[in-house]
Amino acid sequence: MTLDGAAAAAAASPGPVVMTDPTPAGRFGEFGGRFVPESLVPACAELEQAFRRFWADEAFRDEYRSLLSSYAGRPTVVTECHRLGTQLGVRLLLKREDLAHTGSHKINNVLGQALLARAMGKGRLIAETGAGQHGVATATAAALFGLDCHVYMGATDVRRQEVNVFRMRLLGADVTAVSSGSATLKDAINEAMRDWVATVEHTHYCIGSVMGPHPYPWMVREFQRVIGDEAREQCRSLLDGSDPDVVVACVGGGSNAAGTFAGFAGTRARLVGVEPAGGAAIGKGTAGVVHGMRSKLLQDDAGQVLEAHSVSAGLDYPGVGPEHAYLDSVGRATYEAVGDAEVLDAFELLSRTEGIVPALEPAHALAWVVREAGRSVPRGSTVLMTLSGRGDKDVAQVMEMGRG
Amino acid sequence: MTSTDLPTARGADGRPAERSSFETAMRARKAGGAKLVVPYVTGGMGTDWVEVLAAVVLAGADAVEVGIPFSDPVMDGPVIQEASRLALEAGATPASVLASAASAQVSVPVIAMTYYNIVFHHGLQRFAEMLAGSRFSGSIVPDLPLEEAGPWMAESRAAGLDNVLLVAPTTPPDRAEAICAAGSGFVYGVGLMGVTGERSELADSALEVARRLKAITDLPVLVGVGVTDAAQAARVCEVADGVIVGSALVRRLLSGEGAQGAGEFVAQLRGAVDRG
Repeated sequence: MTLDGAAAAAAASPGPVVMTDPTPAGRFGEFGGRFVPESLVPACAELEQAFRRFWADEAFRDEYRSLLSSYAGRPTVVTECHRLGTQLGVRLLLKREDLAHTGSHKINNVLGQALLARAMGKGRLIAETGAGQHGVATATAAALFGLDCHVYMGATDVRRQEVNVFRMRLLGADVTAVSSGSATLKDAINEAMRDWVATVEHTHYCIGSVMGPHPYPWMVREFQRVIGDEAREQCRSLLDGSDPDVVVACVGGGSNAAGTFAGFAGTRARLVGVEPAGGAAIGKGTAGVVHGMRSKLLQDDAGQVLEAHSVSAGLDYPGVGPEHAYLDSVGRATYEAVGDAEVLDAFELLSRTEGIVPALEPAHALAWVVREAGRSVPRGSTVLMTLSGRGDKDVAQVMEMGRG
Repeated sequence: MTSTDLPTARGADGRPAERSSFETAMRARKAGGAKLVVPYVTGGMGTDWVEVLAAVVLAGADAVEVGIPFSDPVMDGPVIQEASRLALEAGATPASVLASAASAQVSVPVIAMTYYNIVFHHGLQRFAEMLAGSRFSGSIVPDLPLEEAGPWMAESRAAGLDNVLLVAPTTPPDRAEAICAAGSGFVYGVGLMGVTGERSELADSALEVARRLKAITDLPVLVGVGVTDAAQAARVCEVADGVIVGSALVRRLLSGEGAQGAGEFVAQLRGAVDRG
């Protein structure tokens, strides 16, 4: 065993109670909060109230659950990777969010937020998107609910994910290519917030990850916890009532990881979030405030936010959700980084051994499992990995890179 | 958070904290019947930005707002985004902007406008000392709403700085009162729902927010965001105690009008609000 100290401690005892409600001010420890222009404060407060009211309301939750099952295709299955598991010497289980409608876990969150938007009487959704998965999911929910939809996407990402741009437009959304700053996810968020400052009275900002001002990090985790809650029960069926040794998910903003971890925080499973080496906010970042939250972020000596660099547009983000910064600070989860080359190898490996083409984002989580199997993940361990999305969107990009 | 937890400008004994020389000066101008003209200049944009400061003061500015550029200015529209980008590209840092502004030795108060990460990253106490040491009178931090502002307000007060807080068209009445009670220097009425930038028409909300604020506070009430030209400034000052003009001035600087053009524009604003 080569578990490091924090992980060993986490494995030995459940540690502090985590992934419960944040403080009334939206804090997870020192992280979180609501750092937004005054114009947006009433809207955040209204959203918080609406979420608290409806999340405690059985009729609302029934409608949400019914949409998840009859529209989004939940529960998603857990697939055991027999060939790859044998090769790695571990028992590898995949939580198949790639099989959810629209091809990723993002649908879980947008259906919840679209229901809230309707309840608050807001007829327009706006969203940021990196890889396009959250934009597609938001456009889908807007079509389903008859809401207007406007998606902001970095111009760089528009180029590398052009099929998703077409999908959003097909679904009736307007898409704006954002060319300010690094022209990626961070700038798309800035532009969506600028839209919201001007339109907040009739528009709901459907944030796609566990980031942003309170209540978003908490609310989005709650809408995504269905991943972890399902997976925990599915694992117990498969594992004769026991829990996996390791639970792993990729982290950009961190919504699929937060949803997954929420289901396992009360178990003894080691929780691992995997960041891209070029956007490792927890691994290499420092405490800061951006996009409405206090968290960790990549920044220079003067406090200017740096650009992240990743082969995966969905993880190309210099910040991270505040609850992940908290889980890291108390040692309940650990965060590891993998590089683009390992990710592309993992992308091909899963395709060839299991017939599953993963999105580049969860290929990060797999790259870590491949690297650590037989090392910090001892032979014979059971690993649950969330496969947060399917790789169709990335095939053209990987082909252009001369891989495959 | 209940209202009793909110930060306030008053001391522990409930009496108003001692007024700063900046607020005293602003109140004196207001009491004398004058309207306040506060131009905004992005620090570090262009090699002549310190001369621009001097020119707008000479043209009649009552105070100057100096933007400390930030990489992700979510409250700003395209003009100030571009100015911030150019300043950062030219190597501007908070320290360099403060040092240059201090060297300008302008005769009116200077207030910093920046985003909270810049403050937070330097450390609240250290940043307050940096501002005070560069003869700044206070700060405006638009992504730091009242509930989050307590620690920064305490540190800046300790350094003798004012905290200018913002009230938006969407701010509910009781919250607006809490903001006015906690802020100092002046209260910044956000003229419209949106980011900074020029608008061909003055938004009704600019006058509305000014009226609301005048009814609940004796702090000077200044309106900014969307105030574009001399006529709009004069219209705002029929209700408000003054105006803040940013994008309209910065656009002139971006198009190369320089210190002279900036001075002429501020002179127009001055003339219009003085004529009433």
